[in-house]
Amino acid sequence: MSESCKYKRYIWELPVRCCHWINVVSIVVLSVTGFFIGRPYSFASSASDFTMGWIRFIHFTAAYLFTVSVISRTIWAFIGNKYSGWRAFFPLATVQGREKSVKMLRYYLLIDKQVPETIGHNPLATSAYVVLFGLYSVMILTGFSLYAEHAPLSPMHRALAFMYSLFSDQGMRFTHHISMWFILGFVVNHIYSAWLMDIKEHGGEISSMFSGYKFTVKKED
Amino acid sequence: MSGKENGDSALTELDAEQSEFSIGEILRKRGVSRRDFLKFCSVMTAAMALPASFAPKVAEALDEATRPTLVWLEMQSCSGDSEALLRSANPTVAEILLDILSVDYHETIMAAAGHQAEEALDKAIATYRGKYICVIEGSISMKDGGVYGSTGGKSHLARARQVCSGALATIAVGTCATYGGIAAAVPNPTGAVGVKEAVPSATVINLPGCPVNADNLTATIVHYLVFGKIPALDSHGRPLFAYGKRIHDNCERRPHFDAGQYVEHWGDDSHRKGFCLYKMGCKGPATFHNCPTQRYNEKTSWPIGSGHPCAGCSEPNFWDTMSPMYKRLPNVPGFGIEATADKIGLGLVAGAGAAFAVHGVLNALRKDKEPADDTKEG
Repeated sequence: MSESCKYKRYIWELPVRCCHWINVVSIVVLSVTGFFIGRPYSFASSASDFTMGWIRFIHFTAAYLFTVSVISRTIWAFIGNKYSGWRAFFPLATVQGREKSVKMLRYYLLIDKQVPETIGHNPLATSAYVVLFGLYSVMILTGFSLYAEHAPLSPMHRALAFMYSLFSDQGMRFTHHISMWFILGFVVNHIYSAWLMDIKEHGGEISSMFSGYKFTVKKED
Repeated sequence: MSGKENGDSALTELDAEQSEFSIGEILRKRGVSRRDFLKFCSVMTAAMALPASFAPKVAEALDEATRPTLVWLEMQSCSGDSEALLRSANPTVAEILLDILSVDYHETIMAAAGHQAEEALDKAIATYRGKYICVIEGSISMKDGGVYGSTGGKSHLARARQVCSGALATIAVGTCATYGGIAAAVPNPTGAVGVKEAVPSATVINLPGCPVNADNLTATIVHYLVFGKIPALDSHGRPLFAYGKRIHDNCERRPHFDAGQYVEHWGDDSHRKGFCLYKMGCKGPATFHNCPTQRYNEKTSWPIGSGHPCAGCSEPNFWDTMSPMYKRLPNVPGFGIEATADKIGLGLVAGAGAAFAVHGVLNALRKDKEPADDTKEG
């Protein structure tokens, strides 16, 4: 047990936490409903039922929620505190960031025994988040492109014209489907890492995502 | 059958004098009743997705219009589109079509052969330069200078360039003429492409489908005769009246899709009851065509209507992008034919889970040093 007294620090502002949990809920809802849309099960007992109709409705509603959340978080990266700012997402661009990343990687690879303390984001995690936000963009763009096909020449369909020239229709479906699995693969990694760092750092890693506060050895500057 | 005779007479000689008459006059002379003519106009108004109130206007315009000269070229094709045209089960439409159009050259159905036929083509494109409509069926081979397809001693590419350049408009019928079709499927040994790609300068209207729906071809020509311009096209060069809506959105089985009633196996109870073919690999949600409303053969039926999933034949590169025909999603390249996105995705997630479980166990067994003042950062 650490002998030192730790300082309480406000790291995650309310919009950051909101976006995080909206993403969690919408990714779960989108994955479950999306998986059903891809491989439906014949639930209905009569042609007057609307099982697939409602499931698609939930999928599209969650998709709008998710899109608003992703866009809001991206805007917050230019408004919020330094922990949520866009600079934190490119640690490999600075010397200090690269050092921290190497330290973290050595720890994860079980080479070092010293647990590195991260105050805001873990530098390895933020690099993964950049890729993750890339996947989110792919999901949002392919998803809305497939959705807009019910109304050709509508404003949404016109705005996404570049997507229809980049992808074949089935290619778009396939990309949308396989990207879900990549995101779920990330989720496994993310939950494990949060659990691990919560245990190792004793900084309240997991509860900080609810409260916004972490406990650190160093006092706030 | 008067239509056939008319067709033959139009094909054997260039009836330049007759093409001065209006379509209405010609039809009256040929004994087509006013009633049949108006029926035809109603059918065409519906095919052009215009309100019924337009039918009299269509009739009025067709009465006055002079019949356009049409030349029909066969490229790398199976003549399926010619078959679709000639066997359109509605005799009124077929007969009137041949009366409305002066088909001056059509390799498959013309009586003339050899040099005589080629003379007819040369004469038609010289006499009606800038006024004739060119219909092309089949893909055009581009590889090695286009040596893989030729008619009358000229490569298909050279013929397309010659005939399309003088045409008022070129109508590419069938998926081969529009996007290359089966001949352009991987590995595309002849370098087959559609007309627009082979002759980019041509004004091309694409009417894909395997085969083309003859009603859409007639409607396109009628649209030109009525409005004096080619119909509005989508980004793939297809008329919006025929390709503006997805099959999925006009499908007669759509209520079963929304309800959640799917065919699970060929010939199962759901299949017999006519449930949705989505799980059998139906490409209706990816395909823009008016099959559900226009249907084929005197509106008798169409693939989904007869219990077969849509193959997506009117979309670009459908042989490559819409396969496998009986599965929802494409296979994953490089993973063998049976690997689906789900199997690979599940493997990926399970692999990540296992790797982190091992990592967690290793971490639990080790004694780490906690963050301390000397390692502080930030």
